[in-house]
Amino acid sequence: MRSILKMVSAAALALTLAGGALATPIDTYEFQNPDNQKRAITLASELRCPQCQNQNLVDSNSPVARDLRLEVYKMVDDGKTDDEIVDFMTTRYGEFVLYKPKFEYKTLVLWGGPVALFLIGLTIVFMFVRRQRGNVTKEVALSEEDQRQLDELLKRNQQK
Amino acid sequence: MSNKRRIILFLPLIVFLGMGIFLYKGLFLNPEQLESALEGKPIPAFQLEKLENQGEVLTEKDLVGKVALMNVWATWCPSCKYEHPFLMRLARQNIVPVYGINYRDERGPAIMELAREGDPYALNIYDKDGRLGLDLGVYGAPETFIIDHKGIIRYRHAGPVDQRVWTDTLLPMVQQLQAEAKKDGAA
Amino acid sequence: MIPELGHFSLIIGLAFAVLLASVPLIGAARKDQYLVRYAWPLSYGMAFFILLSVIALAYSFATDDFSVAYVAGHSNSQLPIFFKIAAVWGGHEGSLLFWVFSLSAWAAAVAMFSKGLEEIFTARVLSILAMIIIGFTLFMILTSSPFERLLPVPAEGRDLNPMLQDVGLIFHPPMLYLGYVGFAVSFAFAIAALMSGRLDSAWARWSRPWTLAAWVFLTGGISLGSWWAYYELGWGGWWFWDPVENASFMPWLIGTALLHSVIVTEKRGAFRNWTVLLSIFAFSLSLLGTFIVRSGVLTSVHSFAADPSRGMFILLLLGLAIGGSLTLFALRASEMASPARFELNSKETFLLVCNVLLTVSCGTVLLGTLYPLLIDALNMGKISVGPPYFNSVFVPIALVLFVFMGFGPISRWKKSKLGEIRRQALIPAIIAAVVGLAMPFLIDGQFNAWVVAGIATATWVTLMTLRAAYNIVKPRADADVSLARITRSQAGMLLAHMGIAMSIVGATMVSNYSLEKSVRMGPGISHELAGYTFKYTETKTVQGPNYVAKQGQVEVYKDDKMLTLLKPDRRQYTVHTMDMTEAGIDWGFTRDLYVTMGDPVSATEFAVRLNYKPYVRWIWIGSIFMMIGGIFAASDKRYRVRQSAKENAVDAKAATA
Repeated sequence: MRSILKMVSAAALALTLAGGALATPIDTYEFQNPDNQKRAITLASELRCPQCQNQNLVDSNSPVARDLRLEVYKMVDDGKTDDEIVDFMTTRYGEFVLYKPKFEYKTLVLWGGPVALFLIGLTIVFMFVRRQRGNVTKEVALSEEDQRQLDELLKRNQQK
Repeated sequence: MSNKRRIILFLPLIVFLGMGIFLYKGLFLNPEQLESALEGKPIPAFQLEKLENQGEVLTEKDLVGKVALMNVWATWCPSCKYEHPFLMRLARQNIVPVYGINYRDERGPAIMELAREGDPYALNIYDKDGRLGLDLGVYGAPETFIIDHKGIIRYRHAGPVDQRVWTDTLLPMVQQLQAEAKKDGAA
Repeated sequence: MIPELGHFSLIIGLAFAVLLASVPLIGAARKDQYLVRYAWPLSYGMAFFILLSVIALAYSFATDDFSVAYVAGHSNSQLPIFFKIAAVWGGHEGSLLFWVFSLSAWAAAVAMFSKGLEEIFTARVLSILAMIIIGFTLFMILTSSPFERLLPVPAEGRDLNPMLQDVGLIFHPPMLYLGYVGFAVSFAFAIAALMSGRLDSAWARWSRPWTLAAWVFLTGGISLGSWWAYYELGWGGWWFWDPVENASFMPWLIGTALLHSVIVTEKRGAFRNWTVLLSIFAFSLSLLGTFIVRSGVLTSVHSFAADPSRGMFILLLLGLAIGGSLTLFALRASEMASPARFELNSKETFLLVCNVLLTVSCGTVLLGTLYPLLIDALNMGKISVGPPYFNSVFVPIALVLFVFMGFGPISRWKKSKLGEIRRQALIPAIIAAVVGLAMPFLIDGQFNAWVVAGIATATWVTLMTLRAAYNIVKPRADADVSLARITRSQAGMLLAHMGIAMSIVGATMVSNYSLEKSVRMGPGISHELAGYTFKYTETKTVQGPNYVAKQGQVEVYKDDKMLTLLKPDRRQYTVHTMDMTEAGIDWGFTRDLYVTMGDPVSATEFAVRLNYKPYVRWIWIGSIFMMIGGIFAASDKRYRVRQSAKENAVDAKAATA
């Protein structure tokens, strides 16, 4: 019974937390110019709200996200560069807030992986196709029996 | 078929087993428990009023000298009310001073609440705009920081402090830091 | 009483599953036809009792039986009836029941529609499906029963999460589950083939319509989810690369690869091991998705309440199912070298390249999704991997894929002539390049490499698909132009590829040319965006069944002509005390106008966001095309094979012998 109560209260707590975060945040912050607006919103949407489940600063309605978002907007209007703003965020909230992790030794696999997979994949295709093509004359004799069985199977299925 | 090809056929299984180990480990990690980016760094500079006294300005220097806890709290935060009795008990034990950071709050209700429920704080900083909170990387109240005698942040606990968190995590760290402080003092 | 009956009937279903998982296999081992044939009644019985259990839960919802903990947690007497029914799959326990039910329904469908197949093979497939059902039913009964009672009985339910109270969400989860679970059928076919050592074309042909059906459901589920997020969450986003979205996208990518690889296995007998492996992967990724959603190892907006014991159980199931099947694969994969040979320049090669690219893109998504977990498990700190990462690594791979995708339909099996391909591809390639390069200049005069690449590949895929269609219908020596020559599976391919092209256009345009503006609006205030004038006239208060809303009335003008009246609202749900925004959307073929209400900023004014979303509908229209294509292909005559009883018996003897 106690554990059920605990669960219910935990769920209720989780819901109250989520409650604030659901409605869309809309700020009427006035940017100095449209270019700043574009840059600021792009940048803020690449930063993760540290408090929320998995939302960026632009989409989240939590108070921390609001503060940080407005901070980003202000810094953009003050002429800070993207790197400076990202530094500001990471020195306070850690690399966790970056949706696009920096390229460093611990993200080596993350950034190198796709390239490696891509190259390995294409190499395997190329080698496989080359090898089986080169083998045509050598292995045809071996697989004739297989081929016959296969044809028979296919034929039988087509008749059905 | 050559043995070499057989080994290739085992590759997917090996990759999956490797992944399985991480997924298993993942079950025991809490993705929401964030360590502070400020660990190992000094308390950020600030100039803020004392909660109880508008005229008195506090800075980071007022917090340096002793191993201490910094507790971020507010009257709007339900979990802070949950941890408050424990903080009171902690204050009575006199092990370590607790500095309060009254985060994005109203001065009046905050003072009233302390008067009513008891005041565990050695000092209370009034961070109305949440600027100090922002510099500390606070993402919700309550949060509790451990600072050493040189004013370096050594640990951050997000969420309410209770007996378990205290005995398991915070107290051992505080004792170790106090031992370090003593050594420094002796030297 | 009814909930207990539901629980009881779930247990009976489990008992049927246990029998189904053992009796036919024993029969197969002992060559006992009699035992093998038990597979059919057992499958129907299993599906029936699990269905009863779902109905019992739905009944508890319909009658507001808040003594059932799950009902109390996910419903409310004020909730409209269709949402009460949809709440059956609105939470962890119920959605799990629905998951198991979908699987048993698939099993019953396999039993019903596979009369043409070898009896013993089908029986094996059904047994494997039953094993999966056993795992998940045990999981449900032991850790998360939806029929658990609550004492004392609450007077009122806590209501369904308002986010889920929407038509899109009524259909999104069932379709997604049917898709996820549908890959269990391809998986079971592959495992049955491995067990019997018969990895041949016949197996591929049997498996293909089921794979297509699962793929159609998954496509539908994913696009419904994306559409729902678009109009319901009020952000106007349609894809967030959230771990849970990735969890549904990965099986889709592998499923798409599987669809194509199974064609090669069916028609040419090649890529057999690869097809088996993809069948295993598609289902494994579905299971992994279930693990990610329900274990809480990754933080996501969608997660169900995290519970480590549940996570442990699913991980165990995952280990048994995936580990077992991959071991079987390693031991039993075809030792036969592929009998079919092909040249570098052939349909086989193009399909293989696309297959590998789909797998690589899936691997990339998997890497990005699990990387934070990996780093955390290695004690290297916490990092996040989000949309900017996925966009920058996934999109380039996808673009290369689209290029190869164009060649597939026009190339020939075994060996294409280089000259022929060059002749057919040259003009489409030139047109695609010109259209792609011109597009950004026509729109806003600024060069944008993403737009060039997106529009060029979409044009390329479209033209090559049309060319392939022409190749089929063009006049031949002995016949005139004839649309009748297009088989259903060819029609399906053509439609699905056109759908992909449409979705590329939609995604490219909306990602690069969306405009937005956040403004204060109140009665009498107008703002302009993308040539449209938005005029706020008044705020109305609207009373819903379980919410109260402030509704803005926004008139939209273009060239002084009123186009439409948009009614974005901001709802406050009474039970959940949660605020939800409901966007006002004017949908159009070439653009959506999207207005969202924010917080009040003064007594009469609100913060309002105006969005202009060009071609956003094309994303979902494209996926409708893909689904129709899938349905066409699955309904091809070739798969409706019937076998006479006599032949059945011969087959079965041959297989058991």
